[in-house]
Amino acid sequence: MSNLKFLLQKEFKQIFRNKSLLPLIFVMPIIQLLVMPLAADYEIKNINISIVDHDKSPYSRLLISKITSSGYFKLSDYGESFKAAYDQIEKDKSDLILEIPVDFEKNLVRENSETLFIAVNAINGTKANLGGAYLQQIIGEFNAEVLLQWISPTRYNPSPQIDVASSNWFNPTMNYRFFMVPGILVFLVTMVGAYMCSLNIVKEKEVGTIEQINVTPIKKHEFILGKLIPFWVIGIVVFSIGLFFVARLIYGIVPVGSILLLYGFLAIYLIALLGVGLLISTYSETQQQAMSVAFFVMMIFLLMSGLFTPIESMPTWAKTIAEFNPVTYFIEVMRMVILKGSGFMDVTKHFKIMAAFALFFNTWAILNYRKTS
Amino acid sequence: MISLENISISYNKGQIKAVDGVSLEIQKGELFGLIGPDGAGKTSIFRILTTLLLPDEGIATVDGWDVIKDFENIRKEVGYMPGKFSLYQDLSIEENLNFFATVFNTSVEENMDLIKEIYDQIAPFKTRRAGKLSGGMKQKLALCCALIHRPSVLFLDEPTTGVDTVSRKEFWEMLKRLKSQGITIMVSTPYMDEATLCERIALIQDGKIMTVNSPDKIIEEFPYPLFAIKSDHMIQLLTDLRENPSIKSCNSFGENHHIIFKNFDEDSTYQLLEKLKSKGHQGLVISKITPTIEDCFIALMDQNHG
Repeated sequence: MSNLKFLLQKEFKQIFRNKSLLPLIFVMPIIQLLVMPLAADYEIKNINISIVDHDKSPYSRLLISKITSSGYFKLSDYGESFKAAYDQIEKDKSDLILEIPVDFEKNLVRENSETLFIAVNAINGTKANLGGAYLQQIIGEFNAEVLLQWISPTRYNPSPQIDVASSNWFNPTMNYRFFMVPGILVFLVTMVGAYMCSLNIVKEKEVGTIEQINVTPIKKHEFILGKLIPFWVIGIVVFSIGLFFVARLIYGIVPVGSILLLYGFLAIYLIALLGVGLLISTYSETQQQAMSVAFFVMMIFLLMSGLFTPIESMPTWAKTIAEFNPVTYFIEVMRMVILKGSGFMDVTKHFKIMAAFALFFNTWAILNYRKTS
Repeated sequence: MISLENISISYNKGQIKAVDGVSLEIQKGELFGLIGPDGAGKTSIFRILTTLLLPDEGIATVDGWDVIKDFENIRKEVGYMPGKFSLYQDLSIEENLNFFATVFNTSVEENMDLIKEIYDQIAPFKTRRAGKLSGGMKQKLALCCALIHRPSVLFLDEPTTGVDTVSRKEFWEMLKRLKSQGITIMVSTPYMDEATLCERIALIQDGKIMTVNSPDKIIEEFPYPLFAIKSDHMIQLLTDLRENPSIKSCNSFGENHHIIFKNFDEDSTYQLLEKLKSKGHQGLVISKITPTIEDCFIALMDQNHG
């Protein structure tokens, strides 16, 4: 085992000497953790709206002021021609058109009903969906106000109505960052672990140092452990920086559940992930190859992990892929433990699956790693 | 002691035969040279002997250990310096040396006597990173690292490729001193002029050994009288000689062409000179010479292909 000690010494010396790798490992995660949760926000503001007002009545003006004061919409264009508004959409200056017909006020007052027309630019699906929904909500509220104004309470027959009062659990203020930060922390640990590990091993191949190592009495498992342990440690350090400094101090996220449980899971997760890195390195001859393969694998891992889009809304085949993705489980555990305070009993299944991943990837990688080719 | 028996290896699923039935015996304490052009199979043989590559066929042993079964023992006993510099570029001279000493369970101090002479030359730069060293210094460091565990067999794959003439000379002197310490040394080189510095050499071409002997013996066995010829128009001379029916072979060697006659007798040189003069060549000089290893190599190559 003394060989392992020397290998580790050498490895850490090299990592701490690498002027481009070190900032990449420690500074980049923090910056990303600061920037990404703020940017990756599903709450959509500043939707540009073009309003075509053929009526120009006090009512239509009231509706417009209600829309613009909601905070979601920015009036980019106000006019009388649908064509002009459509031009704005074509030029990408507005996302939505609301057309208010002639005699909007008159019909609303006399006939108690009127139809509005909404056209949505659906190129950005999320924005279009939410914009349309917000607008309908505002119009709904406007409708209710009008109703109250015009129908005198005496003539009003209370009809049975279900009123829904909702309360948000585990994240009462619906703070989007509480949901995103733990996920992004997983994303960072994943990047650092899998990328760095595979690149580092392939570098030895590319430079040829592996030849020199192979003619020494260093054993296969010693070499592999000498490569995995440093990145396991770095993964834990990066995670700790993210959890204690960035998440706690900046976003005020304090895990509700046990920190020990988080670290326990992280330890196994990193083993699985480093197995993936090792596996990639056994299939690549150059750092460029390893980089491309790692990028491809990481893209799939991250996009299919439920970090950005909920797995529940994926089609069945995609759900199956997500089930075979270790990142999915860590993100789930992170959110469960940090936000909900889940205990070990709640995540036993995740622990078992992750241990299986660790075993699977590492066995595959070691079988594929041949000291004598 | 190193022995190879009918070793073969091919790449690309048998399409390229890199080593083709090679058998060799190298004695303990010998300085043995593997001489051949690029792509002759030298590195493949080294990689088989250092247990980095499994042969397709044949048996090879190093110090009595089989390269397949006893690879762990071989790895403890041999020193290997690959053709490409393959130490850690981001570690310093000192750190590289210490690292390779420790993985062999020894220390630099313990074996300093063996490497002192070489190490002293690079010691002033010992805190410099290996990647920042000059070619000659890299080569010396690589040799130190290969020697640091006092190997009984040393494999040097093209150690002098890309190194200047002075350093090459120094390097061969170092090898002679190491040999005197009882280390078996197997060295490969594409430079024919270095062949005479080895005790015994094997000439290798297209994965096959053409001959194995001491350089003197190989030269002695050269079967034809060899002449060097020059004139004022060397390029024209080469074409004329190759067209001449009495010439068996003609090759350009620096400022002379080396020629072998088909049927040599006392008249041959006179007749040749007359013929060349009639073709307008001036300043013709011809003289009998002792062949070099390169002549032998070319002659053997022609034999094999002819």
